[in-house]
Amino acid sequence: MVRLADLDEPERSHLGTIPCPDFDTQPWVAGGPLSERRIAMVSTAALQHRNDNPFLIGTGDYRVIADDTPDKDLVMGHISTNFDRSGFEQDLNVVLPRDRLHELAEAGEIGSVGKYHYAFMGSTDPMQMEDAARAMAGHLKADGVDTVFLLPV
Amino acid sequence: MGGLAHFLEDEGLATTQISLIRPQTENTKPPRALWVPFELGRPMGAPNDAAFQTKVLRAALALLESDQGPVLLADFDEDAPADTAAQDGEGWFCPISLPPLEKDITAGGGYKAAMEAEIGGLSTWYDIALRERGRTTMGLSGMTINQIADFICDFLDGEVPEKPSEDLTLAQTMKYAVEDLKAYYREAASAQPGHNTGRQMNNWFYGQTAAGKALYALWPIADKLAKERDDSFMKTFANVLLIPSSQKYRVAEQEA
Repeated sequence: MVRLADLDEPERSHLGTIPCPDFDTQPWVAGGPLSERRIAMVSTAALQHRNDNPFLIGTGDYRVIADDTPDKDLVMGHISTNFDRSGFEQDLNVVLPRDRLHELAEAGEIGSVGKYHYAFMGSTDPMQMEDAARAMAGHLKADGVDTVFLLPV
Repeated sequence: MGGLAHFLEDEGLATTQISLIRPQTENTKPPRALWVPFELGRPMGAPNDAAFQTKVLRAALALLESDQGPVLLADFDEDAPADTAAQDGEGWFCPISLPPLEKDITAGGGYKAAMEAEIGGLSTWYDIALRERGRTTMGLSGMTINQIADFICDFLDGEVPEKPSEDLTLAQTMKYAVEDLKAYYREAASAQPGHNTGRQMNNWFYGQTAAGKALYALWPIADKLAKERDDSFMKTFANVLLIPSSQKYRVAEQEA
């Protein structure tokens, strides 16, 4: 069991006290049944195609992961050393559950899977991601995506 | 993560998310989040366990059909199988027999010989993992495992080696070389079936391998280079990105 209380200091205090942005609004988008939704994923694991430019500290940009990108072409360019990568090394789905999402689509539990997924690098001020995130939203909607599953690392 | 959810919902997209650090999610207040008791780096809980991953995915997606909100933070109370096994005392150990680790490896040459012997012992299992998974996560440094060992050991010998690409700074190259080195060791060590946690992998790599010891030796060298070159990223690499905070206690052990 790994909960914040189980982490060693100084990591526990650091993670528990990271400043978080305040938002003036509280958007809430309802939607139809899951079986009709088109879902894409956004990860903050700094996943990238191995030929992409590497993520840089504090830039807040994203990389595009085409849904049909072979697993072997995806690497993790995250800067932090304070999280586990061995799970990702054994199975991409523990970070980006592409196979699981497709299985739910084939079973009719969700409508479909987006053509593109996206990755940011965590350990970045969320406000630095805002412009990129809003631009990414436009690309997602152009693909017909109406729902996003977000995964930290 | 919660910030991204705010931006996307504001643009008209519904979101649900995994939360790994509950206090951060409580503060950021994303529209919907499923807190999971998994270690950092494994948001879906367990590698190679499709049934468990599907259970987590269904729980996160189910929040989209709830009419509660606009802030909905639910808990996924089931531990990941590897964490449960660790709690039950089933400790993971590296199944590959490596050469005995000398207590005092002092020079780069010593590290080089020790790392070459380890890499030789791991190579068959790395190849098996590569074949069975169809992938390796190595590659960002642009170097082979033997080139990485040479690259790191050159620093330990007091040299500053040539970097293979003009596209990366020296500190970036060092960072990616270290991540590729660890990936090689872990991919080989996890080739055989069995549950393992990140902490168990870290304890093995940093506590029982010459490669891990080499990274402790690299720390002050990189820190000195950062000062000499006034390189802020090199300083961050040396002091924050090289050794996980959970493994820094070993420095005091080694000095004792």
